[in-house]
Amino acid sequence: MSEVLPALGQIAALVLLLVLTVPLLARHLATTYTGERHLAVERLAYRVLRVAPDADQHWRTYALSVLGFSLVGVLALYALGRLQQFLPLSLGFGALPADGAWNTAVSFVTNTNWQWYSGEAALGHLVQASGLTVQNFVSAGVGMSVAAAFARGLALADNGGRVGNFFTDLVRTVVRVLLPIALVAAVVLVLLGVVQNLSGDRVMDTLTGGTQVLTGGPVASQEAIKELGTNGGGFYNVNSAHPFENPSPLSNLLEMYLILLVPFAMVGAFGRIVGDKRQGWAVGAVMTVLLGAVVAATTWAEMAGPGSAPQLAGGAMEGKEVRFGEAASALFAAVTTGTSTGAVNAMHDSFTAAGGGTVMFAMMLGEIAPGGVGSGLYGMLVLAVVTVFLAGLMVGRTPEYLGKKISQREMGLVAAYVLTTPVLLLVGIAVAVSFDAGPAGVLNSGPHGFSEMLYAVTSAANNNGSAFGGLTSGTPFWNTLLGVLMLLGRFVPIVLVLALAGRFAAARRVPAGSGTLPTHRPLFVALLTGVALVLVGLTYVPVLLLGPVVESLS
Amino acid sequence: MTVTEPSPAAEPRTASSSGVLTPAQLAEALPGALRKLDPRELLATPVMLVVEVGAVATTVLSVLDPSVLGWFVTVWLWLTVLFGTLAESVAEGRGKAQAASLRALQTETSARRRTPSGEVEDVPSTSLHVGDVVLVAAGERIPGDGEVIEGVASVDESAVTGESAPVIRESGGDRSAVTGGTTVLSDEIAVRISSEPGQSFVDRMISLVEGSERQRTPNELALNVLLSALTVVFVVVCVTLWPVASYSGARQSVLVLLALLVCLIPTTIGALLSAIGIAGMDRLVRRNVLAMSGRAVEAAGDIDVLLLDKTGTITLGNRYATELLRTDGVTEEELAEAALLSSLADETPEGRSVVDLVDGLVDGPGTTGAGSGGRRHEVPRGTTLVEFSATTRMSGVDLPDREIRKGAASAVKEWVGHGDDLLDELVDQVSRSGGTPLVVAESRDGRGRLLGVIHLKDVVKPGITERFEEMRAIGIRTVMITGDNAVTAQAIAKEAGVDDFLAEATPEDKLALIRQEQEGGRLVAMCGDGTNDAPALAQADVGVAMNTGTVAAKEAGNMVDLDSDPTKLIDIVEIGKQLLITRGALTTFSVANDVAKYFAILPAMFVVAFPQLDVLNVMRLSSPESAIVSAVVFNALVIVALIPLALRGVTYRPSSAAALLRRNLLVYGVGGLLAPFVGIKLLDLVISLVPGL
Repeated sequence: MSEVLPALGQIAALVLLLVLTVPLLARHLATTYTGERHLAVERLAYRVLRVAPDADQHWRTYALSVLGFSLVGVLALYALGRLQQFLPLSLGFGALPADGAWNTAVSFVTNTNWQWYSGEAALGHLVQASGLTVQNFVSAGVGMSVAAAFARGLALADNGGRVGNFFTDLVRTVVRVLLPIALVAAVVLVLLGVVQNLSGDRVMDTLTGGTQVLTGGPVASQEAIKELGTNGGGFYNVNSAHPFENPSPLSNLLEMYLILLVPFAMVGAFGRIVGDKRQGWAVGAVMTVLLGAVVAATTWAEMAGPGSAPQLAGGAMEGKEVRFGEAASALFAAVTTGTSTGAVNAMHDSFTAAGGGTVMFAMMLGEIAPGGVGSGLYGMLVLAVVTVFLAGLMVGRTPEYLGKKISQREMGLVAAYVLTTPVLLLVGIAVAVSFDAGPAGVLNSGPHGFSEMLYAVTSAANNNGSAFGGLTSGTPFWNTLLGVLMLLGRFVPIVLVLALAGRFAAARRVPAGSGTLPTHRPLFVALLTGVALVLVGLTYVPVLLLGPVVESLS
Repeated sequence: MTVTEPSPAAEPRTASSSGVLTPAQLAEALPGALRKLDPRELLATPVMLVVEVGAVATTVLSVLDPSVLGWFVTVWLWLTVLFGTLAESVAEGRGKAQAASLRALQTETSARRRTPSGEVEDVPSTSLHVGDVVLVAAGERIPGDGEVIEGVASVDESAVTGESAPVIRESGGDRSAVTGGTTVLSDEIAVRISSEPGQSFVDRMISLVEGSERQRTPNELALNVLLSALTVVFVVVCVTLWPVASYSGARQSVLVLLALLVCLIPTTIGALLSAIGIAGMDRLVRRNVLAMSGRAVEAAGDIDVLLLDKTGTITLGNRYATELLRTDGVTEEELAEAALLSSLADETPEGRSVVDLVDGLVDGPGTTGAGSGGRRHEVPRGTTLVEFSATTRMSGVDLPDREIRKGAASAVKEWVGHGDDLLDELVDQVSRSGGTPLVVAESRDGRGRLLGVIHLKDVVKPGITERFEEMRAIGIRTVMITGDNAVTAQAIAKEAGVDDFLAEATPEDKLALIRQEQEGGRLVAMCGDGTNDAPALAQADVGVAMNTGTVAAKEAGNMVDLDSDPTKLIDIVEIGKQLLITRGALTTFSVANDVAKYFAILPAMFVVAFPQLDVLNVMRLSSPESAIVSAVVFNALVIVALIPLALRGVTYRPSSAAALLRRNLLVYGVGGLLAPFVGIKLLDLVISLVPGL
């Protein structure tokens, strides 16, 4: 167990980095989403986009703006993919197939970054940079904007349902938050050894006398936003397991830090926007507890978990990079699935059954621990509304959250939100196993094969984007199915959340009294954690049972 | 303001005795329960509708392919639905008897209607309309709701209120409302009818106690949305499990999937939800409060501010002498004797209280205060009693050797002809403490002498301070409304322990205060009886009108208290809270139960295909079939077991939100996690004995 110390050490380092910087970014985010001032470059962007940055939108307009903007993104990416052979810097790659272009377009616009293709073997620099990298920024920006609108909805009162201006939110997110941090991060990544160039393939002579093709490219810049925006789409097929993307334990640590930075900072910003920082910390505490549990379970499963092969080999090293080892791989897996990022530094398919099941469960939680940038916050807040509803009843008051009454209409929106992902996921897996084309791409038989498919639909419906491996998903069937899951799994919840934000913004605020249930105390934190686990757990227990559980018990 | 004796602290916990379920009650409720199996009746509760659809499906399956398991599951699914409708039926049954006795009041009688021209004609009571004037003499039943416009009569209202003592109803003032169906005992009154046939107070009471026209309340609707969502999720879980299980080589029968579905959807709360609502209204009716809408009952649980009239609610109706204060050069005996003599002629409660106080001083401490009187004092021979008059503002006696007066300070000083610094100070002191000073003086041979001050005090009702403590604990602010000046009001407010007060309040002030609180987003409750209270009653979120009040007040409020006890507002708040807590507790219990059911059913479903899942059979249930049946049976029986709890409501003790949540989470959350493990295991021990399972 000599690995225990370094395992704890990297967690401590990660926590320390976050504790030092998250409050700073939280304050910056809060100003970004509530400030009056416009920067010169932002004014330019508003003129180009022809929007009035100070005109608050009704939630319906806000939602239509999100949908319209994203639709343009999908169409543009689809076109880039289909027309690649005519584009410069294509490195000689041809057009993507229709189903593949659809899948990729949806995947990047929905912040999922599921990749059915090998990045280095299918996409040229122009598509990577102008298509995917742009979406890495703006799809993250969309999620953060929606979360900001929701926080403002809770903070506002009696205003008829206006929640802010989407384009202002988006431009500010990109200009003030994502671009500067990504720039600094990219530079540091280059210093740590991540490649950054625009040259094509380089042919090397190997020691054994053969030749090897090394693909270079603008890796560091994409890597930075890939993690920062919880996107997860790698330049290379093996993602952050590739030495050009993630060369050392230090870069590994930095990447995990970048993944967790914004989701946690959004929570802090939420507390500031609603005028009670403790509310943010409470929500953050729930996320931390859940993430901690996932980290602990995955680390245990990979370092000491059951399984005859790993025990014989002295550790579950299959599918992991030697330079990271079990602990750093397990931690990365927990972080990437807890955040809807989907970047991987090891192959989850090769994890122990218990470890693979845990990261799957982390995604099934609905990406709330701490979830994607923006989506993690609003996902958790929706669960907080459910919790408040139950808890409010139990203290004998009609439930309210942050002074907003939860009535039938609000509950309808919340219920629809909570329903969406489980329905998509379960219907998705049912469809997958019901057609021959589904299991056709599966590598293994039995429960593990089932897990491979379950992981894919879970990843898509929750907009995670990480792949278990083992499943050949580049088929028309899987591309289409997963594309549909990603699209609905992203935008149905967004519209519901914005509707809820609008209702809250239109509602009057009820002042808190001593009969009001406090939502910043440990009791509420515990209850919210319990609701998240039970509500999600009850939904997915049967499918998890037939996949990872059966496998790990055998 | 109506004055009532303090009701013997209406205690929330006595209601629990009414929650017991007797076999007779069940038998009586059964026909109604069977009628409610009609799917159209179940549309309002999607959870139970799903169970019924499942029951129909398993019936068909069992007919086509009979098996012991099949029939067991089928029977228990039907019982699950039936137990749900039974709960509702039992809850309704509790109001039926009361409704029947109220119906008896509605038998058609003939009424004597006075036409505008002054003639009197006999018409059937059902043909009376708003604005008609009827004459009712002693021994006659009042034909409809209305307002006394002429005369005064004593009326027996026991049929409606349960209170056997007759009450006075007179034209003008705040006691003018009469209820149809009550009987005039003496004299004759003219009543202007204020309700159309079929919409009278008694009609509304009947529909309320029967629960027939029960409208579901906002919170109940919101909870129903959540329960429906959970139902949809579990339907999807079970439907998709079918192909998924087949793919995994563990094909499941539709029967087993239906059993799983019924166990997972929140049937416990789904079955009991409407019973909880009906029982909540019923609890109010049992306290003689009629809520005109369920919304008001729910709002009662949310009240932030409670407006209470001082007189009759916070203090006893009358002031009592509590202290005698001497001025210089007067002995205690002198003052006591003078006070006693001056009050002999005073038959007001205040005057009697002075006599009681002096008696107490003579008898020793411990017997002072209200109501201890009884000793007769002889009036000395040759005494002339001087009655109180508005011009002299004094009362007293003229004895052969001297005259004694007591009254307002200024009046008495004028009578004596001089002042006294110490006395002025005493008068001030009494005023500041919230009391009313009465100055006592005597006059011998035309020479006046000031003796001292009687401290008349508003006596705060016993136990009311503790009630306010409770209110504060649950976050409700109490505001005392009084016509007194600010100094007096402040002193009483402090003594009673209210949070705030509104002094020298006019009805307009009251209305303004309610509006102001509501603008801040707070919910306000108040009670009132006068016509001038009507606007405030209508504005308040919970307005409780006293039954003794005017028609206008009763129409403006959304609740009527038949006992006319303003303190009952506090009970109403607690019942409102209890209603919500019961819903929340049973929802939590219902969802928490699912964990154990999974542990029972899932290993049973898949253990054949995957023997390693036997590890998860933590209850060591005897066979897969028995495990499934045990879970289904537990699921049904738990509904029956919880009917009494749904009817009487969960125990509620006023405490902070966090403390309430902690307690209820522990009992219904953790309890809900653990209980089914025990229950299913016990059932399995029995069911495993059934051959074929």
